[in-house]
Amino acid sequence: MEDLYREVILDHYKNPRGHGVIEDADAQAEGLNPLCGDEVTIYVQFGEDGETVDEVKFSGRGCAISQASTSMLMEMVQGRTATEIAELPKEDLLEEVGIPLTPVRLKCALLGLGVLKVALHRAKGTPLPQEWAGLDELDLK
Amino acid sequence: MAVTARPALDAQKLRADFPIFEQKIHGKPLAYLDSAASSQKPRQVLDAIRDFYENSYANVHRGVYLLSERATEAYEGARETAREFVNAPAAREVIFTRSATESINLVAYAWGLDNLGPGDVVLVTELEHHSNFAPWQYIAKRTGAEFRLLPIDDQGELQLDALEEHDGVKVVAANLVSNSLGTVNPVTKLAAWAHERGAIMVVDAAQGAPHHRVDVQELGCDFLAFSSHKLCGPSGVGALWGRAELLEQMAPFNLGGHMIRSVKAEETTWGELPYKFEAGTMPIAEVVGFGTAMDYVTAVGVEAIADYESELAAYALERLAEVGGVLTYGPPPERRAGIVSFNVEGIHPHDVAQVLDSEGVAIRAGHHCCQPLMKRLGVAATNRASFYLYTVPDEIDRLAEGLHKTRKILG
Repeated sequence: MEDLYREVILDHYKNPRGHGVIEDADAQAEGLNPLCGDEVTIYVQFGEDGETVDEVKFSGRGCAISQASTSMLMEMVQGRTATEIAELPKEDLLEEVGIPLTPVRLKCALLGLGVLKVALHRAKGTPLPQEWAGLDELDLK
Repeated sequence: MAVTARPALDAQKLRADFPIFEQKIHGKPLAYLDSAASSQKPRQVLDAIRDFYENSYANVHRGVYLLSERATEAYEGARETAREFVNAPAAREVIFTRSATESINLVAYAWGLDNLGPGDVVLVTELEHHSNFAPWQYIAKRTGAEFRLLPIDDQGELQLDALEEHDGVKVVAANLVSNSLGTVNPVTKLAAWAHERGAIMVVDAAQGAPHHRVDVQELGCDFLAFSSHKLCGPSGVGALWGRAELLEQMAPFNLGGHMIRSVKAEETTWGELPYKFEAGTMPIAEVVGFGTAMDYVTAVGVEAIADYESELAAYALERLAEVGGVLTYGPPPERRAGIVSFNVEGIHPHDVAQVLDSEGVAIRAGHHCCQPLMKRLGVAATNRASFYLYTVPDEIDRLAEGLHKTRKILG
């Protein structure tokens, strides 16, 4: 228990990094976890090279796990290129989250990453791995 | 005549029949408050299934040998038990299915496709589980009929006044008890209203039958669906009761083995009720276990269960109010079954359920297969604690303590 809601998770949940909206973002996508109603929208602004993430923000509502993991994701991807993020394995984010998750909660933890990959896929044509492709069709606006 | 007091229910004693409570969850005793999703199983049911497999198992209605006869007798015995359980006029009106969901789909397809069309209205309540919502929405679309919702008020009770706005209604579909809010619906009134207009009344009793006395003749409905797994029985089996004259007119739903009279290259004809609707090998042992489960619930007393759960609901509402920052949904305890849906201010239901799990308290968090209802309540999800004949007040105390802890960690 104390593991699951360890201090760093609660810190990100209560003080989310990069929480907000970017108007006229270069890349944007919205995702929904229909099981629990978690909603995440991610906005990306690229730097002058049109490839490096200059600013990234998220808005939405959801459980502590989805909100905290998306907040952590914002810090992880800052300054990386769209291609790097498209190739970013989910394990990297899960390592950062650092708590054991059941299959149901895993979906919460990975929602933000999926939405970000879809946003980049749409804006930059970066590849979308099989597991997120279904998300693109079903749950993303 | 002497007034007979309803026999009281001794939950602590009944609890000993349920082996699941013998274990520890995260080192703590199990507080199981998710019986509305599915109930736990008493040893009597587990033993009946094992005994059936060990001593009587064979396919039913086929063999001329002793085992098949024994299996058929047990299977048909469960049908008679189901008939008695809902006070149906005849056992041939009771059809076994794979679930209450399949029971409703059977009616929606086999009755709906042939009896609905443009200009007809299908009226479903805002309280419905997706199982009594999606099939009707889909069949209405297929047939060109109009799909409409009967609204609820802010307490989660049906607005019967709104009935008068609807003409051309051919089907009214409602649950007996809402699985989300515990609302007990006035099905008798709805059925009378439907019949005055020549509509049929379809009742989803998946949540009602395990906790309230069901009498299809008193309800005055045309179809009633219920399931085994919420009623102390195994999963994978449900039942449909329907009026014989309607069932007889209906085309089959599934086709295949056992439901036929004769099969020729030119034409196939159907068997009699109830077999016309039981194609293929049914979940035989599960049907037998379902029968034992109905016997178990009847022996405890469905009315005693309803009374006891209403007391538990009142107690839970009281304890939750003491926690602070807890918003509850649904009607007052006297018009509510043993279900309490709630939200903790500022904390997502998944997080609430997760903290409670660490305390050994199992509740449901989500939309409870009622997305239209969640939208009406203006929430994405709720927490739900639900009770049954084995629930003890101590489990509700632990729920309240767990909520204090949740608020401390996440609030």
